[in-house]
Amino acid sequence: MPHESSLASAQENGPVHMRRSAATILAPVLLGLSILGIWELYVDLHGVDPLVLPAPHAMAVQAWNNSGLLWSNFTITAEEVVLGLALALACGFAMAVAIHVWAPIRRAVYPHAVGSQAVPIAVVGVLLCYWWGFGIFPKLFVIALICFFPVVVTTVDGLAAVDPDQLKLLRTLDASRWQAFRFAELPAALPAALSGARIALAVGVIGAYIAETSTPSTGPHAGLGHEITADLTALQTSRAYAATALLFLFAIACFYALSLAERKLAPPTNKP
Amino acid sequence: MEPNISGRSLSAVRLSGVSRAYRDRRGSAVQALINVSLEVPEGSVLAVVGPSGCGKTTLLELICDLQRPDGGLIETQPAVLMPQRDLLLPWLSALDNSGLALRIAGHTRAHTRARARELFAELGLAGFERSRPHELSGGMRQRVAFLRTLLSGKQVLCLDEPFGALDAITRAQMQTWLVQALRHEPRTVMLVTHDVEEAITLADRIAILSPRPGRVIEEIDVELPHPRVRTDAAVIALREQALGTLGQEHAA
Ligand SMILES: Nc1ncnc2c1ncn2[C@@H]1O[C@H](COP(=O)(O)OP(=O)(O)OP(=O)(O)O)[C@@H](O)[C@H]1O
Ligand SMILES: [Mg+2]
Repeated sequence: MPHESSLASAQENGPVHMRRSAATILAPVLLGLSILGIWELYVDLHGVDPLVLPAPHAMAVQAWNNSGLLWSNFTITAEEVVLGLALALACGFAMAVAIHVWAPIRRAVYPHAVGSQAVPIAVVGVLLCYWWGFGIFPKLFVIALICFFPVVVTTVDGLAAVDPDQLKLLRTLDASRWQAFRFAELPAALPAALSGARIALAVGVIGAYIAETSTPSTGPHAGLGHEITADLTALQTSRAYAATALLFLFAIACFYALSLAERKLAPPTNKP
Repeated sequence: MEPNISGRSLSAVRLSGVSRAYRDRRGSAVQALINVSLEVPEGSVLAVVGPSGCGKTTLLELICDLQRPDGGLIETQPAVLMPQRDLLLPWLSALDNSGLALRIAGHTRAHTRARARELFAELGLAGFERSRPHELSGGMRQRVAFLRTLLSGKQVLCLDEPFGALDAITRAQMQTWLVQALRHEPRTVMLVTHDVEEAITLADRIAILSPRPGRVIEEIDVELPHPRVRTDAAVIALREQALGTLGQEHAA
């Protein structure tokens, strides 16, 4: 449902709004540039071995020279992250709802969900490959395994935090269990579920790295994670750093993409 | 409840010997209501007055089947509660909040909004259809909550201090509106209020509860024609009678 009121106020606050969004972009860019500057000085002045820590300008040169390779690996990793997170959010949310609605599931499943977070992925890497081959699916599974848990925890807590008097009200209006869920519990849990999604996003990219390095892949283009491991072994440290910079930026992009979606899904007025 | 064959008014709500105790966290019992017997004829308004904490909200929740009595019998036609806190859902607009019961009953959003919109103007809420609850004044929120109760279509309305947050003028307007609405579309009303004058203005009968544990200590019939005027001698006499009963019980 479109919100005319929020639209109108956005127009009214136009200049302020724009100034704020300019600051949102400028502040982190300035901070990033200062860190790069200090880093550059540190490497140059101390003569640090580029195998230990390459200078930012060396990374930039590497990125430029290998842009084709980096880009093709990046698209692979990005696809894994996006699909893996989608899987994690869907499974995490579904599990949270099941846990909330049905106490036996909570008792049976919750401990195992916690335990699953302790499983070193490399242990099951071969098994996943045995089941699903060298394709993308084992990687999606790993990312989902790493990312679903925060979604479960925050959503379960959000669903349980609904005002019991609101449920009473819905009962006096003859709402069914499903309608109580739809009209009260779900909207009440939405902000918490979105916080969970944000945490999941933040670990999704490193999840992809773990997925790529702990499950076997084929071919030269197997994602940035693979490339980073290969580069480190081949003493191509600056290229590994260039690839890492891409992961860094991608995580930020994912995070803000979700924030945008969140504003659509749960405008500020949507919160109690 | 059995349909009314003779055409004579039957009870819409009948309580006999109803008791209810809560158990607090340390496990000791808090007796909220003890041996309450009441009868509300179909289409009439019963006002329930009593000191704070005497079990008025508990009484309404028992009638609306939101709680179970420990003892006694409750027979009632379908009853709906307008809670003391308005409990509007913050994620729905005022219009959608007021039509919630219709949505729950399976009506489409468009139909629900059309029905609710008709009444919005009558309650002085026109122009606030799309506002969220936090953008409404306390009095407006109460009116939206009242509308939500009315639109549930149930025969018995249990109103828990429905006009408590309103200023004197709006309160008088709402009272007038309620009297008209009930003439238009008769319902049975249980009206909990702190305000003896409001009880006399609106009710056919007033039940006065004792301090906790609540029980009915007096029932007053208000056989005055509408509209009732506060300064009317008969109204003043009833008010003194009711306040006298409440005061005695406090002093005792
Ligand atoms: N859930 C509960 N658990 C324990 N005690 C309760 C609970 N609800 C109410 N009580 C107690 O029961 C008594 C009656 O409460 P109730 O809310 O029915 O009073 P009330 O007449 O509606 O008061 P007010 O006029 O202040 O709204 C109070 O003394 C309260 O302490
Ligand atoms: Mg109360």
